[in-house]
Amino acid sequence: MIGRGRATRIMLVVWAVLIMLFLFVPIAIIILYAFNPSNVQSWSLDGLSTKWFSSTWHNAEMRQALWLSVRAGLFSTAIAMALGSMAAFAVHRFRFFGREAVSFLLVLPIALPGIITGMALNSFISFNGVNFSLITIVIGHATFCIVTVYNNVLARLRRTQSSLVEASMDLGADGWQTFRFVTWPMIATALVAGGLLAFALSFDEIVVTTFTAGTQSTLPIWIFGNIRLGQQLPQVNVVVLFVILLSVIPVTLAQRLTRDTGVLRAGTPVAPAAPAATQAGAAA
Amino acid sequence: MASNALAAGSARTRASAALFRRPWLRATLLLSAPGAWFVLIYLAALVLLFVSALWSVESFTGKLEHTWTLENFETLVKVPAYRTVALRTIGIAAAVTVTDALLAVPFAFYAARVAPRRVSSFLFVAVLIPLWSSYLVRVFAWRLILAHDGILNWTLEEVGFGSVNIGYSNWAMWIVFSYIWLPFMILPVWAAIERVPSSYLEASADLGARGWRTFRSVLFPLIVPGIAAGAIFTFSLTLGDFITPTLVGGAGSQLIGNVVYQNVGVANNIPFAAAFAVVPVIVMGLFLLLARRLGAFEAL
Repeated sequence: MIGRGRATRIMLVVWAVLIMLFLFVPIAIIILYAFNPSNVQSWSLDGLSTKWFSSTWHNAEMRQALWLSVRAGLFSTAIAMALGSMAAFAVHRFRFFGREAVSFLLVLPIALPGIITGMALNSFISFNGVNFSLITIVIGHATFCIVTVYNNVLARLRRTQSSLVEASMDLGADGWQTFRFVTWPMIATALVAGGLLAFALSFDEIVVTTFTAGTQSTLPIWIFGNIRLGQQLPQVNVVVLFVILLSVIPVTLAQRLTRDTGVLRAGTPVAPAAPAATQAGAAA
Repeated sequence: MASNALAAGSARTRASAALFRRPWLRATLLLSAPGAWFVLIYLAALVLLFVSALWSVESFTGKLEHTWTLENFETLVKVPAYRTVALRTIGIAAAVTVTDALLAVPFAFYAARVAPRRVSSFLFVAVLIPLWSSYLVRVFAWRLILAHDGILNWTLEEVGFGSVNIGYSNWAMWIVFSYIWLPFMILPVWAAIERVPSSYLEASADLGARGWRTFRSVLFPLIVPGIAAGAIFTFSLTLGDFITPTLVGGAGSQLIGNVVYQNVGVANNIPFAAAFAVVPVIVMGLFLLLARRLGAFEAL
């Protein structure tokens, strides 16, 4: 049978190892560069040192960019959690005209190339005479973050039995009590997971942000600008190390919280047909 | 006191009962906020964008003129440089898609059907981590690797091959795009291979087919939808990117994304940028139709 022959097996193992190296060697290299003692970014490194860490931490521009990214991430995550779970509840509970369109619409900002979402928001903002600010960044981020919360909460809702809610109402609980003691415990972890993913997505985003930030710098824009101009590269390397850690931690946590739905696998950051994927995840 | 609590309780009960009896009211309340957000901000912006593709910019003052014209689309078709950019973008997107499919299929086959369970779940997390870790950071890593004094040339020199000059070129873009989007191809292909019943492969072997024949005639046709699903990501993401060409591309590596970006940011010609942005949307539309014929939507 296919894949049972000794030679085939060895070839497949070798292939898998090569793919793993391809995926992780660049990440390992960029981590090593954070400890590059030299100003020059050539290989090989003359030893390892943490000498750039403190100057990076005291870099005022970097701090400002980091603070802007954190605020943008928190506000967009909050909006995404509220709007995403509302949409998930509506789609799960009710059959209505245009129900399919909701999923399609929510996934559109990440299914269309980011540059289109970014440009559309950019011309819309300037058309309305609004100045670029934290608010315009948050508007952009929340728009594409909603779908991660929506996918996670909807996947969880599809795995829970609606009879629990009916039983609660039959036993005399009002809507609030049912939500607080029945629905909330069921969806809480999925909502948190969706929020973590939304934050990770927002914290990393650069394409849409370029168009909605005006002259402000979020952390990815600061990194991009410096790489392009070849400035402050030792500090960029250190920041990059922390960006990797900051994006891996929420994703790992989210994966632990949503093992049941497997939505992380399907609801990828740029999944054109994520709603369908969610169904598949929920059915599995 | 007890009666107060009862009264408050009953008011709440009445309210929730009223809501419970009117599902349309609950649905409307739940959908109003996300609906308003998407319609008033996002859809309005998209509509404005595509309408503005039919406007023009006063070349002297740089002001937007709201007169209808097809001028932007004419420029697109007539100026050879823009045609080259569009074709280059589609070509790179296609090359990246094929490369990722070739890399992903054997890997996904190993992970889904050959590897022991523990190895397989380890591989799964190992594919997810790069998928979610910073896109910009991973492009930057390759900029350092492919640079003239980077690790690639250092390694080649050590081995004795002599250095190559592929930093800042279309080759670099091809490698980096293939790297960045590979997990998007692996996951749907993996899922597709997992869904093929073992009995099909056993039947094929029982009927005398060797490994390659089983792959070509049984397994491959069944995983085409998965490959098409992965191709939607690799293709669409490449079409709209301008960060990778900026960081690892060279002088002749402009993609549609770069032209759009320059026209918004530098030239301030939003109508032309919007017209050019229509190109990837149309290409993606055609691509999605093809992908649907291949069954990609059931495979997602």
